[in-house]
Amino acid sequence: MTRKQRRLILIGSSLGVLAIAVALVLGSLRESIVFFNSPTDIAENKTAPGKRVRLGGLVKTGSVERGDNLQIHFKVTDGNKDIPVNYRGIVPDLFREGQGVVAEGHIEPGGTFVADTVLAKHDENYMPREVVEALKKQGHWQETAAPNPARLRQSAK
Amino acid sequence: MIPELGHYALVLALALALIQSWSPAMGARKGDLALMKLADSTALAQFAFVAVAFAALTYCYVTSDFSVANVYENSHSQMPLIYKFTSVWGNHEGSMLLWVLILALFGALVAWFGVNLPATLKANVLAVQSWVASAFYLFILLTSNPFRRLAELPAEGRDLNPILQDFGLAVHPPMLYLGYVGFSMAFSFAVAALIEGHIDAAWARWVRPWTLLAWICLTLGIAMGSYWAYYELGWGGWWFWDPVENASLMPWLAGTALLHSAVVMEKRNSLKVWTILLAILTFSLSLIGTFLVRSGVLTSVHTFSNDPARGLFILVILMVFIGGSLALFAWRAPRLKQGGLFAPISRESALVFNNLFLATACATVFVGTLYPLLLEALTGDKISVGPPFFNLTFGPLFVPLLVAVPFGPLLAWKRGDLYGVAQRLLAACAVAMLGLATTFAFEGTKAVLAPFGIGLAFFVMAGAITDMVERIDLRSLSIETIGRRAAGLPRSAWGTTVAHFALGVTLLGIVCGTTWSSERIVALKPTQTVSLSGYDLSFDGMVTKEGSNYRETAAHFTVRTGGTVIGVMEPSKRVFPSRDGMSTTEAALLTRGVSQLYLSLGDSNADGSIALRLYYKPFVLLIWLGAVVMALGGALSLSDRRLRIGAPRPAARVLPQPAE
Repeated sequence: MTRKQRRLILIGSSLGVLAIAVALVLGSLRESIVFFNSPTDIAENKTAPGKRVRLGGLVKTGSVERGDNLQIHFKVTDGNKDIPVNYRGIVPDLFREGQGVVAEGHIEPGGTFVADTVLAKHDENYMPREVVEALKKQGHWQETAAPNPARLRQSAK
Repeated sequence: MIPELGHYALVLALALALIQSWSPAMGARKGDLALMKLADSTALAQFAFVAVAFAALTYCYVTSDFSVANVYENSHSQMPLIYKFTSVWGNHEGSMLLWVLILALFGALVAWFGVNLPATLKANVLAVQSWVASAFYLFILLTSNPFRRLAELPAEGRDLNPILQDFGLAVHPPMLYLGYVGFSMAFSFAVAALIEGHIDAAWARWVRPWTLLAWICLTLGIAMGSYWAYYELGWGGWWFWDPVENASLMPWLAGTALLHSAVVMEKRNSLKVWTILLAILTFSLSLIGTFLVRSGVLTSVHTFSNDPARGLFILVILMVFIGGSLALFAWRAPRLKQGGLFAPISRESALVFNNLFLATACATVFVGTLYPLLLEALTGDKISVGPPFFNLTFGPLFVPLLVAVPFGPLLAWKRGDLYGVAQRLLAACAVAMLGLATTFAFEGTKAVLAPFGIGLAFFVMAGAITDMVERIDLRSLSIETIGRRAAGLPRSAWGTTVAHFALGVTLLGIVCGTTWSSERIVALKPTQTVSLSGYDLSFDGMVTKEGSNYRETAAHFTVRTGGTVIGVMEPSKRVFPSRDGMSTTEAALLTRGVSQLYLSLGDSNADGSIALRLYYKPFVLLIWLGAVVMALGGALSLSDRRLRIGAPRPAARVLPQPAE
């Protein structure tokens, strides 16, 4: 076999693997992308019921109710709209009223958000960047209240 | 006084780095030995000064000098001593200082141990190393000075993020950084080779130990990080496909590919251009990892605090080094001479196969990690790419790679005999089939993929030892022969066997842990019992404890199986008053062989019950055990005499190239 033929085999098989990879990436990217929505986005029906989304905002003060069997209900707000959320399970350590939260799940036709994952922050000073932006959009963000997330947001540029 | 000393030492290190970034390179160009030799002294001195700076910051932490802003923000006088040490790098500024300390350490090691390196290559390597170092010293001094003082002296520090107050912080970041930064050696050697315009097998022999060392550290660092996340975050998962995890996985994948391609280059003087490219890409991915984690574009446990100037600065460093080295590659690589030929079925081809799949798998992780950032920059849409993406792309790409692992070391160089190798692997195949059939018999069609996963894991493990079993003549049943033969084999051959075997072990852990993990989430009152997978846990009551800088509420459980007490578990919650009452969950683990019971606490309810998350994770420890053994295999290989004594001087072009 000449050098040329060998190189052709090499290049051919590389392209083959690459093509498989591209097919895999495109195929699964469509199914596993989760969009981030603010309560306002969801209230304005931007999201189809049943579609998997992330909802981010603040846990509305006074809205957390714990039911039997580890059920928990709370409202996520961006100051403009509130979305009721149902979740069964254990919420993270930093899940508190008035604090930032990101819930992942889907919307029921009635407008309730059913979450299967609830994420909070890793540190009391920082807020998920998406939440900061959602709040900012509604004009409910106070720079003085939490200086760090504000800087966090700017760094996203 | 001490912080100022540290700051000053860092400025001096920068000055030395600036000298070292041009003088040896000029010397190499002009053939001026004195200029080249200068790099040895500056590299050692640079390390000494960075070490002084690091020691100064450590001193400030240990003595709780809260006049230093960095110490005030991340430490507390009541914190246990070990965390005072580890919190030096438990923040942005300090971790960057650790980064440059390790970078300077590697530079010093080359200056110290690189006695048999050709003078010009050594000079160029140290110069390139210094370019990187200069950029990062500047970054620290201009945007992240850890020695900044506060105008007023606070009475008490704000404490370290409680999640980081764990032994994991003592191991995970230093190991990870040794890995990340260790790949800078491969990068510097690659760029130096491009500058010199020639490269030979000896080059690969110099690069391999450094790459191997970095790879070992990165493997351990990732494993430790994964185990830490598993027990600290309280979710029972060990890998989340979180962007920061991917940031460490990408250099690992590329580094693993580099290790293998460097073998081909060393043994067969082939794949030169690709190895150089891979060395550049591996370190580039380390830099991208640093950027992702340090710039604040991602929010995670690793994001300490953010400043837009930092992100921009690292982005510029990134573009200069990645862009510059790739441009240099495009310009100079065509001049590198082609090496030996090999047939499509040969050990070389097997290693190319390995590289192809590792590089492609790495690329899919890259896409999944950066696509959300790119999309947000372009359209403003905020998305996240979840684990399903990675499982569906990374998984299928890894399967052929794993199938091929046992074949590689059995194939001959240059021209191999696939049929013969397949015959030698028949025993391994039989073991795999046995594993598959047994799993299938027990599980039926409940978990479709599990039997195949188990079969594959057994194939990798049995295949790894096939070669060794033959070479040490295990069937002779004479201990003397076996011992003599085992000792006579090169350590690097043992390294390969051990590392490949460990890969199978990790795979087994992943398959078992994922398939048969069982979970229960319950609310329990004292004296009640919860059962899972044959274990009965009875809740005895709550215990309160005072920690040094936290209050702990623990739930006491007695664990029984079949009526016999086998242990107690005390999952707890810690509240840190110094951090406005921030709390952390400390999961309790009960190890049974290589399986674990995992218990973590949730909230207390009004009726006196407490929420619990209980997992039984069979064989889960194999995941990390495999990684540790893999690193051990790397260490065995590193201890090989051939690598320790360094490379011989390249033969002075006596062999004519064989005709095609």
